[in-house]
Parts: sequence; C-alpha cells; structure tokens
Amino acid sequence: MSGIPHDHYEPKTGVEKWLHRRLPIVGLIYDTLMIPTPKNLNWWWIWGIVLAFCLVLQIVTGIVLVMHYTPEATMAFASVEHIMRDVNGGYMLRYLHANGASLFFFAVYIHIFRGLYYGSYKTPREVTWIIGMLIYLAMMATGFMGYVLPWGQMSFWGATVITGLFGAIPGIGPIIQEWLLGGPAVGNYTLNRFFSLHYLLPFVIAGLVILHIWAFHHTGNNNPSGVEVRRGSKEEAEKDTLPFWPYFVIKDLFALVVVLAVFWAIVAFMPNFLGHPDNYIIANPLATPAHIVPEWYFLPFYAILRAFTADVWVVIAANWLSFGIIDAKFFGVLAMFGAIAVMVLTPWLDTSSVRSGRYRPMFKSFFWLLVVDFVVLMWAGAMPAEGIYTNIALIGAAYWFGYFLVILPLLGVLERPTTPPATIEQDFKAKVKAHAKKSGPAPEKIPAE
Amino acid sequence: MTIMIRKLALSALTALTLGSAPALAAGEGGHIEDFAFSFEGPFGTYDRAQLQRGLQVYTEVCSACHGLHLVTFRSLTDETGPGLDPDVMRAYAGTMQVQDATTGEYRAAGGPDHFPTSAMETAPDLSLMAKARAGFHGPYGLGINQLIHGMGGAEYIASFLLGFTGEETEQGGAIFYENTAFGGNVSMPPQLEEGLVTYSDGTEATPEQMAQDVAAFLMWSAEPHMTQRKMWGFVGVIFLTLLASLLYLTNKRLWAPIKDAAKHS
Repeated sequence: MSGIPHDHYEPKTGVEKWLHRRLPIVGLIYDTLMIPTPKNLNWWWIWGIVLAFCLVLQIVTGIVLVMHYTPEATMAFASVEHIMRDVNGGYMLRYLHANGASLFFFAVYIHIFRGLYYGSYKTPREVTWIIGMLIYLAMMATGFMGYVLPWGQMSFWGATVITGLFGAIPGIGPIIQEWLLGGPAVGNYTLNRFFSLHYLLPFVIAGLVILHIWAFHHTGNNNPSGVEVRRGSKEEAEKDTLPFWPYFVIKDLFALVVVLAVFWAIVAFMPNFLGHPDNYIIANPLATPAHIVPEWYFLPFYAILRAFTADVWVVIAANWLSFGIIDAKFFGVLAMFGAIAVMVLTPWLDTSSVRSGRYRPMFKSFFWLLVVDFVVLMWAGAMPAEGIYTNIALIGAAYWFGYFLVILPLLGVLERPTTPPATIEQDFKAKVKAHAKKSGPAPEKIPAE
Repeated sequence: MTIMIRKLALSALTALTLGSAPALAAGEGGHIEDFAFSFEGPFGTYDRAQLQRGLQVYTEVCSACHGLHLVTFRSLTDETGPGLDPDVMRAYAGTMQVQDATTGEYRAAGGPDHFPTSAMETAPDLSLMAKARAGFHGPYGLGINQLIHGMGGAEYIASFLLGFTGEETEQGGAIFYENTAFGGNVSMPPQLEEGLVTYSDGTEATPEQMAQDVAAFLMWSAEPHMTQRKMWGFVGVIFLTLLASLLYLTNKRLWAPIKDAAKHS
C-alpha cells in the first residue's frame, strides 16, 4: 500500500496460500501494521491513536446507552436519569460518553495543531489533510446533535441557537432551518432526527478515518523534520524507518494509557466539570437561560460568530457592498464557517518551500501566537457577548484570519528558513545523541535479546 | 495522573480546612458560602446520618411544595446513601400518595415507586437541583471555585436557604423575598427557623444545620452513585498507572537497541 519500499506479506502454509488467492485480507492487515514509519516521530504523533480509541469508545458506549435511552421529547430527560440511577454501571457509561466527547475534541485539536506546526498538510498530503478536516466537521455535527439528546435546557436552547444560524442565510435561510428542525421550532421531531443522525454520523466518521489512514499510508507519514523517507531502495528506506509494529504500536499504547489514566480520573472524580449545570434542568421552551453557552470545544468558533457585531467596520462595509443582504448575523455565520474553511485551504495558503515549522524561525512565533489565540477565543466564547469580551473576540478572530490569509502566504516569501537535516536518519541520530548528552552518562545497557 | 489525584486531594483538603469561613461568589450575581461537605474531594462520601436528617427536613418542610420525582423510594435503602432499613423505607413510602401508572388511581406508594412530583406547580422539582445549581463557571468562567474549593450545587442550596435578608417587595400582587445567594428577589419565602424540625439523633436543629443537611440530601438525590463512581475511579487510575508503567518499560526496552545503534554510529 505504501510507496516506501518494504517487505510484503508472503503466504507460507497451504491454508494461507488458499485464502490469499481468494481474499488477500491477511496481507492487507500485515501491510497496514508493518508500514515503514519514520524513526524520528516525537510524542506529538501519538494523538492519532488516542483519536482512534475515542471513536471506538464513543461508538461502544453509545450503542449501549441507546439500549436504555428513549428518543422522545417528554421521556428523553427521564430516560437519561434512568440510565444514571437504575441501569447497572449506567452512570459510568454516560459519564464516559459525555467526557469521551471532550477527550475526542481535545485530542483532535492537538492533532490539528501538530499538523499545522510540522506542515503535515503540505504536498503530497493535502488529501489526508482535507479528509481530516471533513472528519472534524462530522465530529462537530455529531457532538452538537449528541448534546441535544439529554433534552436539558442547554440541549434545547443550543439547538435553537445553532439551527438559527442557518436561518440567517438570506432568502433560503428560514427554509433550511425548518428542514433541519423538522418543524417551525425545536421539538420532538428535531430530537428524533438528531438522534437518528447522531447514530449515523460516527459510522461516516469511521469510513472517513479509513480513507484518512489509507491516504497517509500511501504517502508515508510526515515527521518532525519534514524530510521525506528515502525511497531509492529497501536498504535506504530501512535506515529512515522502523515498522509500525511493534515500535510505534507499543509507544502509542503507552501514551494512550497515560492519557486514559487522566481521562478516567476526570470521569470518576469530576464528571460534570466540563458540562453545563443548566443541562440538568429539563428543556423548557418558555424559559430561556441567561447565557446560552455551547460545549467548550465549540467556543472558539462561537466567539468568532459573535465577534462581528453591526458596528464593526467590515460588517458595515459588507452590508453596504451587498446592498443590505449581508447583515451582522449572516456575516457572523460566514465568519464562523470561514474560520474552518481557511483551515481546509491551508495547503495552498502556505507558500513556504520548507515543510516543518522547526526550520522556520518566524513561522514558529506566529504559530504559537495562533495557539494562544485559539485559547483566548475559547475563553471569550464562554463569556457574555458584551463589553470588553466582544472586542477581545474580534481581535482574536482578526488574528485567526490574518494568520491563514496573510501571514502564511507572506512568510513563504519573507522568511529565511534554516536548513533541515538531509535525512530522517540524521535527524534521529542527532535527537538520540542530544538526549543522551542531556541525561548524563549512558544508562546501564539493557541486554537486547 | 498522580498530579491529578494530588490536585483533587488538595482541593478536598482546602475545602476541609477552609471550612465555612471564607465566602466566595459562585459565578453570577449571588453570594455563595463555601460549606465543608463530607462528600467533597476524591475521598469524600455521604454522611449517612446527615442524609437521614436531610430526608427529614425535605419531608417535613420542602415536600409541601417541591417534588423529587426522579428518585425512587427503594433507593433510600442504598448503603452509600441514606441507608434506611427496608421496613422503615416501606413504611415511609406508605405515607405518600402516588398515582398508579396502570389504574390511574391514587394509592399509598411502595419501594419501586418514585417520589411525587411538585405539589405546587411553580415549585421546581428538586431531584437534580444540586447538579443544576452547581456554580461551575466562576470566576471568569474558568470553574476555579469548583476545581479548587469543591464548590457545587449543595453549597448553593444551603446558601440559598440561609440567604434571606428579610426584605420583602410587592410586585403585581405577589410578594418577593430578597435572597443573597440568588442575588435578587425570589418568589419562595424563607423557610428555616430555629427548631423547625426535631431531629431524632439529638442534633440541634439550627437553620445552618438544617440547610446543610437538606443540601447534602439533595446532593445525594442528584448523584446517588457518587461513592461507587469514585471507587471505580481509584480502581481505574491504579490499574491504568500500573499498565502505563509496564508499557513504559516495554517501550524503553524495545527501543534500546535502536537508540544504541544510533548513538554509536
């Protein structure tokens, strides 16, 4: 499957040969697991495994939760409490599922920022990047619809606000909104279709994940140096790589278990910390909560949505230029989707010839500022949309767009990158030697078997 | 993750040592007292005697208006909850009237039945109140009070019950009562006064005592399996720590020859 030369599966016994002629599935699994992987991958490369685990965790806990949940507006809230109180281990199942969504998004954000730093989106990995962005969009849709299912106050009003975004589209907006909701306002029909889609989308994500893995297995992994694996011969490639099994499987498993220990502590000791207390109040169409706040993982984009109020000059300009078709609300919606769209376009916005941010001195500062910007936007999204908070959100949104649309294209021209190592082998050796020097004299040699 | 546990233990410790001395504002508007509840922190469990006293306060005071309809009577026998004797629980359930789901007629409640819904239409159900009123988001929306001081809905409920200033305002024919926990006027009148209930265990029924007791009971009613959940937490964290240690050693040994070769080349 991979373009990097390596050993392929050879059926040996009669049974293996028989099966291989008919369905080469063992070969597929073998080649997938034995894919040559750059030796120098660092710990930022472990989040893919965490994400794969999250998907399985969410599907497994979700399927069991569905066995006890009732997707009906008058019964949904009580059925969730039935899970919490009467179902054996139900409280753990639900807390795992709810916090599992948080872990999923936490991991995906690190995974995305890792890709942004090391230039994993650059040629020839654009398709991997775009599929990844589609997975992220599908995750957002799934997370949003899942949050509606407990039918609490935030479920109901969150659904009202978010579907209202589509209603802001001029002309066809109200029709789209009604189509999404299944009726004029959030109701039982909304709950039913969200439940159906919340069950469907994870399997769409699973399909996209297979494509995502296929794509990067075809191009080979990126790595911290951004230098490609040498492909001249198998011997040469083996100097740069190690098979995924066992070297990276064990490394990733170790990292996964460390992450899970922290995750488990949050689930068991502070399971409601990341949720909103108002969602323990049953949905009431007649009482609007004081502050409608989405889940934490949507907050940066929620902040961008609310940043563009009617008194911002770009909004006034857009309004004037479009003869009033684009109002502040619709502008906010465009900005929110635009903030994700610019990420999708990153492969073509980044003009630098050097792939890894490690060898780009100016890029580094702008990148870390983007990370800070993301956190600040997240915080601003949780605050009421008034006073200083909208200004902070506006500055944050401006930098977000500035980074992708102005800084990335210009840096490729203005910046003088340092020289990356010639090969991955060199980078790996330098890393191991630097580490050995830092930790003093070489530790006792572990006998290799 | 040991840091995590230490942090949690630390927050429990601070919550215990701080006691009810400092008062912290939990999020928006109101003024929430930080009480030291037995269930705070990773090692915290419910105080059975306190839950039984809280059940008494709920029954004699709150239940006149407020329901508890997500809670079953049988759960009152939970070992980690109020721990009532099954016969006592059944006798207690028998004092309440519930509508039979099949016949539609009112009858005395039994163990599998749920507590009644609110007797007064405008009074909210209290089953989940301790989770719905958790002051998670203060200050600055960072949830610090919850994380460091272990403050949650139980603190809010107790502060609310003790937070009446005695000021009354008439608005459109209804009387509203000023409450410092809410940070404004509420329609519920003050309830607790010295000796309102008589505790069978001899505890003096001061308003502070009753407020904390019923708040603890409502925390249990909102999160009845808390103790088991924390137990699973320790089992899981210990197991995962051991597994992580083994995987760390496996990984180190697996990579040793590779790194050795790189070092000496």
